[in-house]
Amino acid sequence: MSVALASRLRSRRFLGGILRTNGGRVGFGLFVIAVGIAIFGRYFAPYSPLDTLGIPGAAPGNGHLLGLDFIGRDVLSRALYGGRSTLFLAGLATLITYLIGGTIGLVAGFSDTVLDPILMRSIDVLLTVPALLVILLLVTAFGGGSFVLIAATSLVLLPGVARIVRSATMGVATRGYVEAAIARGDSTHAILRREVLPNISGVITADLGLRFSWGIILIASVNFLGIGIQPPTPDWGLMVSENRVVLASNPLAIIAPAVLLGVLIVGVNLMSDAYARQRDRSEGHQ
Amino acid sequence: MTDTATPPALGLKGVRVQVRRGPTIIEGVDLDLHPGEIVCLVGESGSGKTTTALTVFGLSSSGLVMSAGHVCVEDQEIQGEAAFRDIRGRKVAYVPQNPATSLNPAMRIADAITETIRNEGESPEDQETAAARMLGRVGLPQTTEFGRRYPHQLSGGQQQRVCIAVALAAKPEVLVLDEPTTGLDVVTQDRILDELLRLRGEERVAMLYITHDLAVAAKVADRVVVMYGGFVVEEGPTDEVLRRPWHPYTRGLMAATPDHVAARPLEVMMGGPVDVADRPPGCPFAPRCPQKIDACDVEIPSLVVVSAKHSVRCPEWQRTAAVNWNEQRVQAKELGETAVLLDVSDLNAEHRTRRGTVVAAAGISFQLKEGACLALVGESGSGKTTIARVIAGLHPVWSGQLLLRGERLAPKARDRNQDQRRRIQIVFQSPSDALNPRHSVGEALSWPARTLRRMSRQEANAEVLSLLDSVQLPARYADRYPRELSGGQRQRVAIARALAPDPDVIICDEITSALDVSVQARILELLADLRRDRGVSLLFITHDLGVVAAVADEVLVLEKGLICEEGDTSSILKRPQTDYTKQLLESAPSLVEAIGIWNADDKAVEDRQDRSAVEASDPSRAAGDIT
Repeated sequence: MSVALASRLRSRRFLGGILRTNGGRVGFGLFVIAVGIAIFGRYFAPYSPLDTLGIPGAAPGNGHLLGLDFIGRDVLSRALYGGRSTLFLAGLATLITYLIGGTIGLVAGFSDTVLDPILMRSIDVLLTVPALLVILLLVTAFGGGSFVLIAATSLVLLPGVARIVRSATMGVATRGYVEAAIARGDSTHAILRREVLPNISGVITADLGLRFSWGIILIASVNFLGIGIQPPTPDWGLMVSENRVVLASNPLAIIAPAVLLGVLIVGVNLMSDAYARQRDRSEGHQ
Repeated sequence: MTDTATPPALGLKGVRVQVRRGPTIIEGVDLDLHPGEIVCLVGESGSGKTTTALTVFGLSSSGLVMSAGHVCVEDQEIQGEAAFRDIRGRKVAYVPQNPATSLNPAMRIADAITETIRNEGESPEDQETAAARMLGRVGLPQTTEFGRRYPHQLSGGQQQRVCIAVALAAKPEVLVLDEPTTGLDVVTQDRILDELLRLRGEERVAMLYITHDLAVAAKVADRVVVMYGGFVVEEGPTDEVLRRPWHPYTRGLMAATPDHVAARPLEVMMGGPVDVADRPPGCPFAPRCPQKIDACDVEIPSLVVVSAKHSVRCPEWQRTAAVNWNEQRVQAKELGETAVLLDVSDLNAEHRTRRGTVVAAAGISFQLKEGACLALVGESGSGKTTIARVIAGLHPVWSGQLLLRGERLAPKARDRNQDQRRRIQIVFQSPSDALNPRHSVGEALSWPARTLRRMSRQEANAEVLSLLDSVQLPARYADRYPRELSGGQRQRVAIARALAPDPDVIICDEITSALDVSVQARILELLADLRRDRGVSLLFITHDLGVVAAVADEVLVLEKGLICEEGDTSSILKRPQTDYTKQLLESAPSLVEAIGIWNADDKAVEDRQDRSAVEASDPSRAAGDIT
């Protein structure tokens, strides 16, 4: 499934579709800025993100463009360093969610046996538990390491993905070309890979962006609560949380990471929105 | 028959309609419609008939503009959206193709009917009686209970009657009907057509009836207007035009229309339909015309008057050959002693839904002989598609026995061995989802050859070319994707895909019912060729008795999941034994019957003539009775 997605993301039609609308262009721009800062920002950081350089909560000036944080570290440097962890964790969590949840959805949507109700009712049980509660539970039980964070986020994102993929699969499963493949006796694996997956990858791609941005929000929230990424690691979500104490003296210490998170999430959302709209339009012609 | 002295109820003069800043859809359309007259607009998809009908309503919100000509209702020119709004529903009313989606599901039918005529201060009782009166006019029960029903509580035929009642409620001068019976069973269709003929006579409503079915036109129309590529190519009284069509397109259409009364090989028009976006500069039909002259490619021919009311847009009209209606057996080969390929015995199948179990087929037994074509015929709900799916291994809920060359077949396709799966292939009704939109034609065709015949990729690629050739598509189509193909081409690719594993039998589930007649004729010819050249047997599922006459050796008539009658095609069509088959045959529209062209030598057909003379097959007679 990841192969089909990768080829779709690589294709020119994907970007071309997004860039056709203004919303998509803005979204793409925001996304590139946020991801660029998250990945390459650290090479432009003026100071080390961990060194204490002055009075805690100092306002901008004195060579510190965004001032200093609650223990006197350079906010700009920490902001330039702090995106990678969120991006990495949310990205990996989304991918894992799609590998597991997507597979569950595909199988459940295509199966005409009891497998479908069994899988989907279990998914429904997961849906009844509030998202943050699941994460809090797992993190407090197993600690706030990257692995636990990713696993917990995936678990929360999984039901939605499984349901979306299942309904898309069911829509395709009654088409003539799928029935012809069933009548030929093609293996389930071959039918899902050849006939079903390519025809639902549009839905998946559009949904992927939304799940990813939701993953970012979840991870940032957990970090804000202080149970995710542990200090002194620089992280946008964590920075918003730990700098609460200097809100009055240097509000930029909170605003800067919050704005960066916002740029990333809004960018991804605008892109997937533009993609979904483009897809509806081009499919309408077929 | 119609009083030409009174002004026409509807007149179109030199109408040209085009896409805003885009190609022209229809050009120079003149049309007069008199009170008490039914005019049929006939043509295939893309001919401009629906656009012509929309013009009557001012082309509301369709992205089209009328850039020349004018529309008159009762000799008054209608101009501007406001003027059209005044006449819509009041002077000109519309009956849509699909009643199920055009009736508001949350509105009781009595309310739907009175909605257009409701006056302020009118009491509910008055409205109720008004609605009941309208229901009576279209042949529905006049009870209050019936009026209080919702659309989903009615059958498709009743829904269409309600739509007609809604359209008639405001006493319009003109009724425009857009394929009102397409999608209905033949028996229901026949009743609706009779109802329209009655309304035409009793209420003198002028009707513009759009259809692709010449046999339907022959039954109801006083005049027919044949359209092709946005032009009227021939028009005149039904009798004259259909007895002796002078335009090569009209002729071709008729020669391609299958008929259950006189089975004969269908003639296939060359080429494919013209696309409005790249219409040739001259006659739109020139590229397909067998008798075109050089001038046809350069300028659009003008309408030539053939007789007082009959005109044709063809300079060479006198060269148009007559249609050969002579009955001729179309059987591809003599069957007699050939071996049994597929043996179905005591098949019982059911549909399980949440509400319960519905029996779709009960005690079905039949044999398909090697190289034969067996047609399963029945109305919707007769179980014919379920039987097809059972044989294809797509409907596992059944009991009974299925033998393929004496070997027992498992219920699910997956549980059958590779050779059995290879031998049975299926083609479905809808060309739009028959092919995977993400696979090129070549990919779609090579996969079954590789999986079921263990061909290498190279062998399969060579096979693709020969498959394309056998369905008469050029080799370059291997690189095309389904969205680049027309409906007929897609269906041919679907047939090629079924041929790829080199099957013994192809199950054809209504494969031509979504196609235009000229495309259908081509597909049917293709199937006949495949039977002859490859010896493939066909299990042909259809509701169309004309198609049965054109392809099948043997027929199985199904009624509500039971076999009602079986036998060879000509005896079933000529000498039906059961009431159900008789009713089906009588309801099925037939060109030959309606216009009275038949082979006088055939006694059976003569009998039919006696029978049908009583019915209103001759429109001028029917009108004369009433006026």
